[in-house]
Amino acid sequence: MQLQVMNSPFSQEQAELLNKILPTLTESQKVWLSGYLAAIQAAPATAVSESASVALSVEASKPISKEVTILFGSQTGNAQRLATKAGKTLESNGFQVTVSSMSDFKPNNLKKLQNLLIVASTHGEGEPPDNALSFHEFLHSKRAPKLDELNYAVLSLGDSSYEFFCQTGKEFDERLKELGGKSLTERVDCDLDYDEPAAEWIESVLAALGQAGTAASQAHAGAVVQVTPEESIYSRTNPFRAEVLENLNLNGRGSNKETRHLELSLEGSGLTYQPGDSLGIYPENDPELVENILAEMNWNADDQITINKQGEVRTLKDALLTNFEITVLTKPLVEQAAKLSVNQELQELVKPENAEKVREYIHGRDLLDLLRDFGPWTASSQEIVSILRKLPARLYSIASSYSANPEEVHLTIGAVRYDSHGRERKGVCSILTAERLQAGDTLPIFIQHNPNFKLPENSATPIIMVGPGTGVAPFRSFMQEREENGAEGKSWMFFGDQHFVTDFLYQTEWQNWLKDGVLTKMDVAFSRDTNEKVYVQHRMLEQSQELYAWLQEGAVVYICGDEKHMAHDVHQTLITIIEKEGSMGREEAEGYLATMQKEKRYQRDVY
Amino acid sequence: MVEVKDNLKAPEGPASDVEGIKERSDYLRGTLKEVMLDRISAGIPEDDNRLMKHHGSYLQDDRDVRAERQKQKLEPAYQFMLRVRLPGGVATPEQWLVMDELSEKYGNGTLKLTTRQTFQIHGILKWNMKSTIQGINQALMDTIAACGDVNRNVMSTSNPHQSEIHAEVYEWGKKLSDDLLPRTRAYHEIWLDEEKVAGTPDVEVEPMYGPLYLPRKFKIGMAIPPENDVDVFSQDLGYIAIVEDGKLVGFNVAIGGGMGMTHGDKNTYPQLAKVIGFCTPEQVYDVAEKVITIQRDYGNRSVRKYARFKYTVDRLGLENVKLELENRLGWQFEEAKPYSFDHNGDRYGWVKGLKGNWHFTLFVQGGRIADFDGYPLKTGLREIAKVHTGDFRLTANQNLIIGSVSKQKKKKITELLEKYGLTDGKHHSALRRSSIACVSLPTCGLAMAEAERYLPKLIDKIEDIVEENGLRDKEITIRMTGCPNGCARHALGEIGFIGKAPGKYNMYLGAAFDGSRLSKMYRENIGEEEILRELGSIIPRYAKERNDGEHFGDFVIRAGIIEATTDGTNFHA
Repeated sequence: MQLQVMNSPFSQEQAELLNKILPTLTESQKVWLSGYLAAIQAAPATAVSESASVALSVEASKPISKEVTILFGSQTGNAQRLATKAGKTLESNGFQVTVSSMSDFKPNNLKKLQNLLIVASTHGEGEPPDNALSFHEFLHSKRAPKLDELNYAVLSLGDSSYEFFCQTGKEFDERLKELGGKSLTERVDCDLDYDEPAAEWIESVLAALGQAGTAASQAHAGAVVQVTPEESIYSRTNPFRAEVLENLNLNGRGSNKETRHLELSLEGSGLTYQPGDSLGIYPENDPELVENILAEMNWNADDQITINKQGEVRTLKDALLTNFEITVLTKPLVEQAAKLSVNQELQELVKPENAEKVREYIHGRDLLDLLRDFGPWTASSQEIVSILRKLPARLYSIASSYSANPEEVHLTIGAVRYDSHGRERKGVCSILTAERLQAGDTLPIFIQHNPNFKLPENSATPIIMVGPGTGVAPFRSFMQEREENGAEGKSWMFFGDQHFVTDFLYQTEWQNWLKDGVLTKMDVAFSRDTNEKVYVQHRMLEQSQELYAWLQEGAVVYICGDEKHMAHDVHQTLITIIEKEGSMGREEAEGYLATMQKEKRYQRDVY
Repeated sequence: MVEVKDNLKAPEGPASDVEGIKERSDYLRGTLKEVMLDRISAGIPEDDNRLMKHHGSYLQDDRDVRAERQKQKLEPAYQFMLRVRLPGGVATPEQWLVMDELSEKYGNGTLKLTTRQTFQIHGILKWNMKSTIQGINQALMDTIAACGDVNRNVMSTSNPHQSEIHAEVYEWGKKLSDDLLPRTRAYHEIWLDEEKVAGTPDVEVEPMYGPLYLPRKFKIGMAIPPENDVDVFSQDLGYIAIVEDGKLVGFNVAIGGGMGMTHGDKNTYPQLAKVIGFCTPEQVYDVAEKVITIQRDYGNRSVRKYARFKYTVDRLGLENVKLELENRLGWQFEEAKPYSFDHNGDRYGWVKGLKGNWHFTLFVQGGRIADFDGYPLKTGLREIAKVHTGDFRLTANQNLIIGSVSKQKKKKITELLEKYGLTDGKHHSALRRSSIACVSLPTCGLAMAEAERYLPKLIDKIEDIVEENGLRDKEITIRMTGCPNGCARHALGEIGFIGKAPGKYNMYLGAAFDGSRLSKMYRENIGEEEILRELGSIIPRYAKERNDGEHFGDFVIRAGIIEATTDGTNFHA
């Protein structure tokens, strides 16, 4: 297409110049350029003007002057991605950077470090992620060395709706201080919407390292250097609108459950993924809930609302639908809300001694409850909306293999519905999928790579997969991939759910993989078909001898699904099996499993 | 040793696949024990399902959700139908309660009373099969040979009028059913945890059936005139009780009947059994055994749709078969004795028996025992079973007799009948009370169209015609099957329907009210509108033009609406 004034936003002169240069570009140059332009847009506004020339020139001229080690503890891959990003930023500023998972780092080397950056997420009830466990334990043990020479900084990731928000990052920070380390910059605790605070943290670290006497340039490269020609222009900050190809319920009639199988098109996005990766979706809130909030507050749906620091404006209704979290309450939110209301009860609730009561209150309640319970509100809709968290993306383990389904991505999404405090509550993204999303609609999505949940590099390595319920998703991807590649390694699947007849997710596919030998063995447990509840761990225990033999042959064990109950019980069961079949003591068996974890032979994707 | 006659030969041709499955099965074992333990599918492989029938069960699936589940990446909603062997359809109240409980616990919550006087439970999941079968066996019933290429449940007239004769005939039928059972211990090993006994020679395992069993199913029924409720002529082997001076003297023997056929193949047809002579009660077993061995030796093992005994008889010739039978028996039949049938339906309500006991015949639409909206049939019968001291008799017309009620208990039973609104069905039209429907959709794998779920609705509409013409109390037998295999004995209904496709039926007319003449096809592949149009013109004519006491099936022939079928071989003519 020829660009003209009429069909483009360019002036006559610009259009002519562009028309001259565009036809001469190679494919990869075009891709690079589109990524470059997109990244400029995605990067913080301040970086835009200088980044182009600076980023490219800095890299070539700066000498290596200082070593920085960045360790990450990551479950879903966010911390790892941020660590890598920080590493690239530092490298482009002349630092010599080592980025490593905590589990790959030899703790004995800790004493030799001068500059240590830690990026760590928190999991479940304040637990460190799997690949941070051993380092976390070492650091808190008596064996931890004095670290008087160390400069450090901590970036923690978390979710403020949990009680132990950013607990792991806090613990690293406190412990490093205890051991004598000097903080380069104040720890930053990121909530779900971590992009901006994380970028600011990197900036501060860079500044602090520069002041610490290095020759590093003060110039910053922003996010620009990240974009390499082979990557898609679409990302977490620039999501792709993927078309829905198929959306069906996997549970048969009469089931207590609804599990959606969603197929999305990646056509034209350039996005690819590996088995084990996740897909992020930016959902929309339930229009009914938004209507109820507007009605409760007597707000005008068309009020103009500023939604971010950049000053973007939306109507109030749109903002509540697409920009803000309205289904979850957090302690900080309740505290800020107290400043906007004269309600005595609320003032009482947020007093420091009532922390436990706040925790009780926010459990199972949403914004509508808060607004109903604690009026009268003295603030405007703008003021109230401004204290809300950004509507976070939902991450789902991908249920398909890219090579088996080029330009498609499949998800397995459990519909979340429950009653709480007299009202039916609905999962934001799952119910969007279950009740409103039709084939042909589009969803803003991005790929979240998860390096901690990957098929073994050697396709002959046996794998054991434990994935009840929606935990089945990545293993469907694994099987598709192994089928596609003709992998010869043995595989063993453990699946469970409530009822055989209605809840055996992807049943016919599993049956075919078994028949064709892609899957070697499968065991299933349906908890509500029999008087005694049977779960996957019971099936594992029934076959403990064979399971241990697989472990001894070098099998990799994968667990996906519910963390609180399933993953915990399966973990204990694995230890029991190792203990029993390996004739070991409990501690020795735990050590065996810990070693497996270090060797990446025990990987978990739990939630 | 049986000498093979030149004029008697089994048809040539390669053995059918089922013959091979039976041959390899080690007397009906196959791999059933293993596949029943597999947890990845609720189904079993086809070969094992063929063997499963001999254990009284078919693998089925809920066809209503078949397409939907395929999309959902779920296998078909597999489930087993389990059929009890219940000779003569007689069950004790304790047995009733066990069936009631098993259907609730492991089945779909309902019981089906079949056209061969037994119970079926539908909707049993694979992992519950063993418990269900064990429950049935603990109640002194079993499911052996309730389906499969063997002798099936032996039927006998549920005659409430002549209780003594009924009891005697029932005993002969029960003995026949027991004595003709397969001898293999496969059933006991697979379902009842019996240890396998090693190394018995083949010939001793199944002295009568042999390792291949029969070429096809084999059915026996015993009728006590004037009741032909069991449709004795529809049986492979029928016995007609001959009563002289109030005593059972013996039976007329009829051979070669059967209802099934295949759409589009005129070499297949329903046929009526023909009377070949008379035997004494003591000879009943011998006759059955020898008839069965003739079918074993000369039946068609190459093409299953031609394998029923009726085709063997028609191919070899009735006289030749009779001669061979007498040869094998070593004696000759006496000449058949006179008898006469009145009807093949049931008589509803309270009837007094000979010893002062009472019998209540309950109309059960479609043979389905369930709690319906506003009609708690299943609960009512459960409550009755708890106090009843007599027996339950399942009739060949899918109805139920609460039998042998003592004078003292009659009041209590009547109270319960009233409490739960269970009646003799007199408020229904006589047409509805004379209806039979097979199970068909959604569970029967053979069904081409609805039957049990649809016939009641169709009758609603035919009733309008019947009532307009003042025929509300006129019994006309009406029968519908979802496929041409004929579980509802459609070819002996005065109005018969065979399913062809969803909503489409072949319509048959002209069968005799007493089960002595087959029907003939009147219209092919028609839907409800046309069915009602046809009946809307024939029924008014019957109302106006019939002779005194003339039955509908006879009238349509006399009126020239349909030609009489004089033999199965001219059913299609």
